[in-house]
Amino acid sequence: MSKTALIALIFVYLGILFLIALFAEKNKGSKLVSHPIVYALSLAVYCSAWTYYGSVGMAANSGVEFLTIYLGPIIAAPLWIVLLKKIIQLSKVYNISSIADFISLRYGNSRSLGALVTLVCAASIIPYISLQLKAISETFEIVSTSTLGIEGSSVITDSTFYIALILAVFASFFGTLALDASKNRTGVMFSVAFESVLKLTFFLIVGVYVTYYVFDGTTDVYQKASLSLDLNQLSTINGLSGGINWYFSIVLSFLAIFLLPRQFQTSVVEFTNRKQLKTSIWLFPLYLFLFNVFVIFIAWGGLLILGDQANADYFTLLIPLYFGDHWLAVLVFLGGLSAVISMVVVSTVALSTMLSNNLIIPYGFIKNLTRGKSFKNEKTIKNIRRLCVFISIILAYLFYALFDPKVSLFSIGLISFLIIAQLAPSFFIGMFWNRGSALGSKVGIILGLVFIVFTYLIPFFTEHVISYHQFVEEGFLGIHLLKPYALFGIDILNPVNHALYWSLFFNTGAYLILSVIKKGNYRERNYGEMFVNSERVVELKENAYVWKGEAYVDDIQNILVRFLGQAKADKALRVFRKRYAVNPEEKLADARFINFSERLLTGAVGSASAKILISNVAKEKPVSLLEVLKILEENKETISVNKSLEEQSHKLIKLTSELKFANEELRLQDQLKDDFLDTVAHELKTPITSIKASSEVLADSEDMPQELQHRFLNNIIQDTERLTVLINDILDLEKMASGRDELNLQLQSLNKCIEDAINGISSIAGKKKIEVNFDFSSSVMIEFDYNKMIQVFTNLLSNSIKFVPENNGKIEVFLVANSEEVVTKIKDNGKGIPEEDLQLIFKKFYQSKNQTFKKLQGSGFGLAICKQIVEMHGGVIYANSNIETGAELIVNLPKRRP
Amino acid sequence: MKKILLVDDEPNIIMALEYSLRKNNYDTFIARDGEEAIELAEKLKPDLVVLDIMMPKVDGYEVLEFLKSHDTLKDNTQTIIISAKQKQSDVEKGLNLGAKEYIKKPFSMKKLLSIVNELLTLKK
Repeated sequence: MSKTALIALIFVYLGILFLIALFAEKNKGSKLVSHPIVYALSLAVYCSAWTYYGSVGMAANSGVEFLTIYLGPIIAAPLWIVLLKKIIQLSKVYNISSIADFISLRYGNSRSLGALVTLVCAASIIPYISLQLKAISETFEIVSTSTLGIEGSSVITDSTFYIALILAVFASFFGTLALDASKNRTGVMFSVAFESVLKLTFFLIVGVYVTYYVFDGTTDVYQKASLSLDLNQLSTINGLSGGINWYFSIVLSFLAIFLLPRQFQTSVVEFTNRKQLKTSIWLFPLYLFLFNVFVIFIAWGGLLILGDQANADYFTLLIPLYFGDHWLAVLVFLGGLSAVISMVVVSTVALSTMLSNNLIIPYGFIKNLTRGKSFKNEKTIKNIRRLCVFISIILAYLFYALFDPKVSLFSIGLISFLIIAQLAPSFFIGMFWNRGSALGSKVGIILGLVFIVFTYLIPFFTEHVISYHQFVEEGFLGIHLLKPYALFGIDILNPVNHALYWSLFFNTGAYLILSVIKKGNYRERNYGEMFVNSERVVELKENAYVWKGEAYVDDIQNILVRFLGQAKADKALRVFRKRYAVNPEEKLADARFINFSERLLTGAVGSASAKILISNVAKEKPVSLLEVLKILEENKETISVNKSLEEQSHKLIKLTSELKFANEELRLQDQLKDDFLDTVAHELKTPITSIKASSEVLADSEDMPQELQHRFLNNIIQDTERLTVLINDILDLEKMASGRDELNLQLQSLNKCIEDAINGISSIAGKKKIEVNFDFSSSVMIEFDYNKMIQVFTNLLSNSIKFVPENNGKIEVFLVANSEEVVTKIKDNGKGIPEEDLQLIFKKFYQSKNQTFKKLQGSGFGLAICKQIVEMHGGVIYANSNIETGAELIVNLPKRRP
Repeated sequence: MKKILLVDDEPNIIMALEYSLRKNNYDTFIARDGEEAIELAEKLKPDLVVLDIMMPKVDGYEVLEFLKSHDTLKDNTQTIIISAKQKQSDVEKGLNLGAKEYIKKPFSMKKLLSIVNELLTLKK
């Protein structure tokens, strides 16, 4: 394919990407654009040209070691998700837009730390981008000239420069649509996801092509390779040192998946919902797995076909070209281009945010910005970012043009990983250890970098660029312990892992020791507590932050307007006032408002600048560490107090309902007692009325015939007796109820007692023509109080007499005994007991509702007395509810008293 | 002679009332429950009913309601309640149902007689 045609193809492809990104920006809410799979695929920005071309090179040169870069993320996927949740939680609360912001905020908005992290990222990314450009340039050359590029092209084509510029335009346009860098870049991410699909598809196509078209499947490749290649070296882990090297490589790639700015950008900043994580946990490892299925076969195939003199990095292009399949080479080239574009765009967007928010604005522009107008500020900030995108790409291009190191893609990629890994201690430990300080973090990172330079970069330079071997072989100043590849005598690691080991060792050591020796200031401690207790921070929001001092709402509002615009600032203020019910008239800003404003500004200008902006208008007073620690503790306490309050309240509710029930019961009792007293009063008054009336008549009538006088006098006597009975009944009942009465127990015949009771009422029954039968199977001898039990039976019989119809009334008494108890039933053919009264009739103060027109003989508490007596004998009395007509009252007496 | 219907389920009280009222030249009739009272009232058209409240079958209030709703009785028959029910609510209920007086038991025979006399004299 000619150069012009290839360039035209590249531009068409870029045009399509522009359109896709535009489409996504315009259809932000749509199902397709916001689908969780888009997020998962955008994570595959991890697979850059380094993966696309470099893994094959690595596999051809040193065997399965290339796998470690992908095993890290695959093995650690579950852990990755857990950690990512916490990182995302914090980042969303604080509007964090980059890893530099994340680390800087964790250590108290430290400006210098943010800048240092930014520099580390730049140092890691720029060579990495240049590596991508190198890949573009070289593959462009291979595909356009169809040369086999055996010696490895070093031609800097003009086209590379233009492609780089177009990438910069793309990234700066879509990367800075919103001022708030923590907001999503939907267009970029959607096109990245699209490219992820493309690069995987094309890579799989070439894999299938090599394995199944050029060769006859995997077995064929393996058999042929085993005949002519030293497969042992290429397919095994070499003993202990190999194992350790594997281990370190996996750790390195695991760290990279969090710390690489483009990964932070795609996984954290662009995160929008939980579903995305659920999808990613399986899709991302699967993606990496698929990407590696054919790597080893392409590598072996390449070695078999092209020999070990060809540049193994480009086997995927060279094999199709060797067989004359240009179309496939072009497809592979486009796949590689996709990998490059997505990596470069996302990386530069991330880097530009960091450069502007953590380096340029806080160190240079902050003063200008505080004087500027809001629309102008927004423009300035966006322009700074755009400039940064261009600068990073141009720097990368220059790096590539100047050094173009004659080394494989894989090695440069590893340097990138090594540098970025220096952020690990500050990043990871800081999230779980509240003591970690900014000083420890800074010194640790710098120390780590120094060791990378000494153990990797300098020897790399002396070995590969100037071919000065003495440094590596003899050590620094000829001291053997200072051999750069075997520092302090550790010589079992390969150079990369050796550098990783020592740099992280000193980095972590310095971080831990300095953090312990010298406590950070209160800001660091406050944010430390907040990051460690991220779950709580999400709940507490602004309340988690301690701030003491004096600031005016107006001043802070001015700053917000300046950086967010009038409309957004007003809206934010309204949200704040509503959330905390703050009086709009309040002139002084409190800690919550300070924290709230800082968070808003962090999204726009980064955490360090946000802090500077706020501190310009606020007189801050130092807060003691104790106060910082207290706030989270107090809030913890509040939670537990709330919990116990809630429990108490549950208990109270339960208690209340119990009390209500008891109260209802008491009220009922009270009502019954009132009714009872009413009845008692009524019943007492009736004979008294009679006595009084009769006496009055007698007193007034001297002329009354003697016979009539006698009748009145008899009436008086009768009523007096009635009164006496009534009063005795009441006293009896009270006596029994209070347990002061004692039974006169004697072993005697219950049959006789019942017979006596029946005899007692027989004259009344006879008058009313009521039939009374007594039916028993045997004579029952038990211990009981005769006088009391006859009272019970008489009472029950009298009740029946009152209810049965005259003339054909019938009362039946049954007596049955078993080994345990004696059961007496008194059954009548009266009107029966209403269902609702069955339980109530034995209540002490109960009187039937029908009281107004059913005046019972006696006092109406006869049944209550019966119940007392039966219970004193250890028995029970109840009304049978399962009968159709009449009433049946049952008395159960135990044979042996308990 | 004025006709007075005595309604109470307590025979001893009825006996004393009957004796006193007859001695004062009233014609007395006796009902032992509400049902009987209604029957007799309709038949006899008494000038006065002396009425107990708590009685079997039909109570005094129901008798009052009957009297109040009866075409001829409502204007011509007056009622006095004699009851042991003593709550204010009971008294009000009785008076609202058209009773002229509510006399609580135990009552004074002299006072009852003077009220009866007063009511029946006024009626003339």
